[in-house]
Order: sequence, then C-alpha cells, then structure tokens
Amino acid sequence: MLKVKGLTKIFGGLRAVDNASLEVGPGQIVSLIGPNGAGKTTLFASIAGFHKIDAGQVEFSGQSILGLQVHEIARLGMVRTFQITQPFAKLSVLENIAVGAFQQFSSKDEAHAHARLIAEKVGMSSMLDQSASDLTVAGRKRLELARALATGPKLLLLDEVMAGLNPQEIVEIIALIRSIRDSGVTILLIEHVMHAVMSLSEYIYVLSYGKVIAQGKPEEVVNNREVIEAYLGRGAADQMATQVQGEAHA
Amino acid sequence: MDLTIIGAAVINGILMGGIYTLVASGLTLIYGVLHIINFAHGSLLMVAMFGVFYLVTKLGMDPYLSLIVTMPTMFVLGYVMYRYLIGKLSYGKDENILLITLGLSIVIENLALMFFAGDSRTISMSYSDKMFEVGPLLVGLPKVISFVAAMIMCGILGLFMSRTDTGRAIRAVAKERMGARLVGIDVDKVFAISFGLGMATLGAAASLLMPIFYVSPTTGHVFVMVAFTVVVLGGMGSFLGAVVGGLIVGLTESFGGLYLGESLGQIGISLIFILILLFRPSGLFGDKR
Amino acid sequence: MNFNRNPWALHALLLTAAIVFPFVSNSAFVINFGVLALFYAFIGQSWNIAGGFAGQLSFGHVAFFGVGAYASTIVQMRFGFNPWWGLPVSAMAGAAAGCLIGVISFRAGLKGSYFALITLAFAEVFRIVANSVDITGGGLGMLIPMKQTAANFQFGDRRYFYFIMLTLTVLSIAVALWLKASRFGARLAAIRENEDSARALGINVFVEKIKIMTISGAIAGAGGCFFAQYFLYIDPTIVFGVDKSVEMLLVSMIGGAGTVYGPLIGAVLLAVVSELTRSMFSFQGLSLVLYGTLLVIIIAFLPNGLVELFNRKKRKEAGRLVSSTNKSGDA
Repeated sequence: MLKVKGLTKIFGGLRAVDNASLEVGPGQIVSLIGPNGAGKTTLFASIAGFHKIDAGQVEFSGQSILGLQVHEIARLGMVRTFQITQPFAKLSVLENIAVGAFQQFSSKDEAHAHARLIAEKVGMSSMLDQSASDLTVAGRKRLELARALATGPKLLLLDEVMAGLNPQEIVEIIALIRSIRDSGVTILLIEHVMHAVMSLSEYIYVLSYGKVIAQGKPEEVVNNREVIEAYLGRGAADQMATQVQGEAHA
Repeated sequence: MDLTIIGAAVINGILMGGIYTLVASGLTLIYGVLHIINFAHGSLLMVAMFGVFYLVTKLGMDPYLSLIVTMPTMFVLGYVMYRYLIGKLSYGKDENILLITLGLSIVIENLALMFFAGDSRTISMSYSDKMFEVGPLLVGLPKVISFVAAMIMCGILGLFMSRTDTGRAIRAVAKERMGARLVGIDVDKVFAISFGLGMATLGAAASLLMPIFYVSPTTGHVFVMVAFTVVVLGGMGSFLGAVVGGLIVGLTESFGGLYLGESLGQIGISLIFILILLFRPSGLFGDKR
Repeated sequence: MNFNRNPWALHALLLTAAIVFPFVSNSAFVINFGVLALFYAFIGQSWNIAGGFAGQLSFGHVAFFGVGAYASTIVQMRFGFNPWWGLPVSAMAGAAAGCLIGVISFRAGLKGSYFALITLAFAEVFRIVANSVDITGGGLGMLIPMKQTAANFQFGDRRYFYFIMLTLTVLSIAVALWLKASRFGARLAAIRENEDSARALGINVFVEKIKIMTISGAIAGAGGCFFAQYFLYIDPTIVFGVDKSVEMLLVSMIGGAGTVYGPLIGAVLLAVVSELTRSMFSFQGLSLVLYGTLLVIIIAFLPNGLVELFNRKKRKEAGRLVSSTNKSGDA
C-alpha cells in the first residue's frame, strides 16, 4: 500500500531523513521507532506531503504521490495525526470529528451522524459537546485519532498517539488500533511505548539519525545490537550481554 | 528631465527618509523585542506632534529644543502604557494584539478629533524659510536640521543598544526570551522599557517633523503605512534595515511624486509594502522567522 | 421562548420587528437610523464571513466596498445603464476584487497579521488609483444627479431604501446561516482554527479561502452600490478610506465575530451610540472613541463578542452536565 524508497529530507545542513525506505502492506500494522530526534515525525510529514522531499520516491496504492499537496494525499486516503496535537480549539469534539467526516459526506447531518459513530468507537461519546480546548492531553490524542478515522482512510499515519496516556488508556488504545485495522485500515505508527509496539506490530522499522538502521519482525528487531545502541548508547549492547551472562552464572 | 529637479528629488527623498527611519526604528524595536505589531504607532506620533505644536505655540519653545520635553514624556507614556495596559492584554494570538493596538489607535485618533478638530496645524519659526545650499540646489534649512538630528538620534539609539547594559538586555530578550529570563533579566521590565523607548523615538520624530510637516488627527494614518513599509522592507527587528528601508521609502516617495504626480505618486509606498510581503516578507535584513 | 431549540422563532421575531420598524414613526431621522443600522449590519456581515467565520482578518475590506460603489456608479454615469444594474455589477466587481486579492495574498502564503496589513495596503492602492484617474472623477468624486424615481433606483420616501436594505441584510444573514449549516462553513471553521490540521483532513485550504473572499467581496460590493444610490455622492476617501474598513471590522468583532447575528448587534449598537453621542455632545468622533474602547475591552475579556453574553448561560449549563459525566474515568 505504501512504498517509500530512498527518501531524503534536508533542512539547511542537516539530513533529517537520510535515504530511508519502508513498505507497508495493506491491512498491516507497521511501526516506526527510534530515539528522539531520529527524524520519525519528519519522515511522516514528508510522506504526507508537508515537506518537499529532496530525494526519493513515495508510492501510495501503486501511484506516486510525490509533489502532491497535503490535502490531495489526504483525499487519496492517507491521513496523518500530529505528535503535538492540533485540535480545532473553538469547535466541539463532535464538530472536530465531523470535519474529518466531511471528507466522505456532504451534508452536515450525515457528517455528524458518522462523527457520532466514530466517537463511540473511540470512546468519546460522553464528550461530544465539550470544546476541544477543554480536553486533557489523552482526550486530544483520541480526538486526533477520531478525526483522522472519520475521513474513512485507507492508511493512517499515527504519530505518538499514546504519549501521555496512563496504562489503562494504553490498553484501550491498543485494542482500538487493532479494531481499526480489523475494519480494513492499514496503520503505520510512530511510537515510544515499547510494549504497545511489540504487541501491535507485524513489522518494525528503526530510525536513527535519519537512517533506517534496522527492520524486521518485532522479536528480531528488539535484539538487534545497533537498535540497542541507538537507544542506550555505544557499548550498551555488550554491557547488557555481560549483565545477562552475569545473572545466568549467579 | 532637468538634473536639478532630479537632484532635488534625491535630496528630498534622503532627508525625509532619515526621519522615516527614526519613526520606523521605534516600531522595529517594539516588534523585535515584544513581537507586537503596534498599529497605534502612527496615532501616537500624531499625539506627540500635537504636543510639540502646543509647546511651540503656547510656550514659545523652539521645536527642536522640545526634544528635551517630548522624548522623556513619551518614554514615560510608553512605559506606563505597556505596564498597565498592553502588557496585560498581549497574550494569545498575534492578531489579538494587532486588534488591540487598532482599537487604541481608533480611540486616540478620535479623542484627538474631539479635542483638536479636523484642521491641519503647522508651525513656523524664524528660520523656517532659510535655505541650505547643496551644490546648485537649495534645500529648506529645517529639513536639513531635522535630517541631521534624526540621524544623530538613530546613532544614539544604536549606541545605546550596543554599549549599555540595558541595551544589551533588550537585545538579549529580543533574541531569546526564555534564556534571558533564565540569566536573571527582568523580562517584563525590559518589555516596558522597550515600549517606552519606542515611544521616545516617536517623541523625537515629532519634534523633528513639526517644523517641516503638518499635524491633524488623521496624520497617524499616513505614518503608519510609511512606518510599516520601512520596517517590513528593512526587516522586522533590524536597525540597519530601518536605515536602508527609510532611505528607499523616502526616495520612492520623492520620485513617485516627481514622475507620477502628487496623487498617484503616493502609490509607491503601498506597492513596496505589498511586493515585499508577497515576495520577501522577512525584508532585506530581517531574520527569516 | 427557547431560541436554541427553535431558532426560526428568533429569525421570525427579528424579521417582524424589522418590518414593523419603519412604520413606528414618520420621522425621516428614525428611518435613516434604521437604514444605517441595517447598512452596517450588511457590510459588517461581509467582513464577518471572511474574518469571523474563516478567520481571515482583513483591515482593508473597504476595497471591495469601494470597487462596488465605483463600478455601479461608473456603469450608470459613464455608460448610461439603468442604475438597478448597479447591484449585480457591484456584486460581481466586489467578488472579482475579493478573488483577486485573495489569490495574490494566499498564493504567497500570507496569514494572520500579515494578511491584515496587506489588505490594508491593497485598499490604499485602490484609493490612490481612484483618486488619480479620470473615469472615477479623481479626487472630486462622482455625483449622481437626483432624480427620485423607482426606475432610477432613487426614492423620495426613505422607507423604500429601508426595505431594499432590509432585503439585502436578510440575504447576508441567510448566507451566514447557510455557512453554519453547510460543509463549506464547517471547513472554513476548521481553517480558522488550524490550517495544517484542516489540510491533513483533506481540505483544500487555498480554494476554500478564495471562495469565501469572493462571496465576502460580493456582499461588500453590493453595499457599495446601495451606498452610492442612498447618498448620491462618492469619492475616494469616502468609499476607499480606512474608516469603513474599521467600521466593518468593529461591528462584527464587537457584536460577535463568527456568529450569524453578531454584525447586526454590533451595527445597532454603533448606530445607537452614534446618535446618542451626536445629540448629547457635538463632538465628532466620540462614538468611535467609545467603540474603540469597546473593541479593546472585548478582545481582552470577551473575545467572542457581545453574543457571548447571551451564550454564557447556555455554556454554564452544558459545562455542568459534562463535568458530572466525566467523573467516571477520565484521567
């Protein structure tokens, strides 16, 4: 569904994303992980059309989307959420979600009805009349997700949708994401909450300093030396290995 | 066209440009430090000019000497305005403060209309008609004095900003608000001082403008557009930009009047403003924010 | 009567009051007051749909007004058309100006304060051009000879003007109501709140903004035509001067930007304050002093305008309901 080849994005002198390639097949849940500042959000933004790409290709549903504008890409079915939530502050939760729904419906009644359905699915039915600016961080994250979902997307790019959630909320979101996938939406996520990544993903890409340093099934990636070092620093992989051996002896 | 006429236009443009630079430097200071687009800049200048008018006509003061009065007065006015009014209201969206300063300018202008009625006022001094020779050209003496004084004021402001502690504090806050706070700079006080300084430049400009211009309650409009154009052309927050911008605007106005006539000639300034905003909004010297 | 449950009751009530108004008194003064109140409500609504609904604050809306005023007057005086043609002509001229200024400004990515300032500059350019060319009569302006017949779009009895203005105002309110109920309006609200999010949800921000500027320009343009016919004299300062831009902005922001009746509330208030100050003091400008002060107060404390005062009660109740249901498990 999504094929990214050799994407490079340069800001001034900095290669924020360096020759990154990834693939997401239809109906999959794929995760993009990596330490802070690795360029994950920039990669998302580039794929979704917010940045002009300096090199590389992006193919969505078989057609190249290079050079298309953000809203055109969104209309093709690829919708992203924002890491720092950007709700329509003065609008109510219902109206927020309805903006997404208007992608599929032209009348206000239909859009609102669909928004209510989505709100129910996402667990926001009790907050529909609240102003979006009154929501907690968790509420706003859910709203981002609901809004994107209401557009009837084929591919969702979820950017740290679990940041700031408590364990109970994370459990709920994991189930929600699975059910969204089960209803036919492909999902690419950026996430830091490791157990969620492990339990949800069928495939993982690891980004560090803009480059994809590892990819594979969750079990493969988590033991990958370079991945560990990217997160914990040089030599950490060896240190961990000796620690484990030490414990095994003891 | 006659070289002397062109020459006169150049001189005129430069001279007026110098004063525009002074007016705009206050605006660029306020924007650079506080990120406030002060729409009331023009009407406050008008108030200061009325002040000069009354100082001259009622107290017999020489307009250039009135600097001594206008600058501190405007400084205090600006400081107080910021501390008790604008500072309290300048949160939220950028547009809010623009609207608030718009509201202020409406209040100020219409108060002036109420108290001073709509007619223009000018002053004349004993040396108003004296001429200054620049080669084959004759230029009004007051204009030259005003220009020189304006340049001196700009120079003083520049020195203040680079050599004094307060000036350094102001520049620090302009560059990095949070960092400045962290090193112990009283940011709110700096804001108030900056606004006061911006007003003080208006006080100076008023003293320098009255001898060569006129004042009426709507004078503010004219200068708002000019000041904004200079600031945007030069780059928000750049003093060098204000100097270059002032020069360009002054010359444009002068040549516009020369080649397009009095009415259409005014279009140059608005066109520059539009073109800069469309094609190079950071101006000639500004940071690309 | 609960207007929230039955908004048509409110519309009907206001419309009835408006229709009855000019018959309450025979005084030309009262009727003139009514015409002006409606006039400002009308052109205020033009600003409102662009600034309040779509969040594109303009300081130069008078540009569209002036273009309409001159278009209709020129068509009448220089080309001999029947003055009634002025209405569609001015609306189209205003629409074209709105579209043009919108395209130029939005192509360059201007928003917020920069947009506000560039519209001011455009209006100024229009004013200078009108002041300098022959077809507009230059600085002398254009005088429409008085010939008060219906066919000539001039009336001795001002009530006729009143009802024409009322019709126009009702139309502008209908446009606002349509925006509130339509997908287009919802998209504009999204754009106002957060352009990037709007884009990410498939909204073509550029095109929607152009559309609203065009509609807004059409309304302001039509207002220009009416103005010309009512006062029979226009000149660059009157129809391209910054005062009208300010008034269009003021009535909307004070009444309630982004609401259907905001401009009407603001306009009535402005008209009342104007008349009161004029009769009590002979100072010119006192009403604007009060208005400017009101603007500052509103932005600082009541950013949603006076309409918020009416909505506060409703909001308090909604707030109470929500907080009780939220206790169950929201972090």
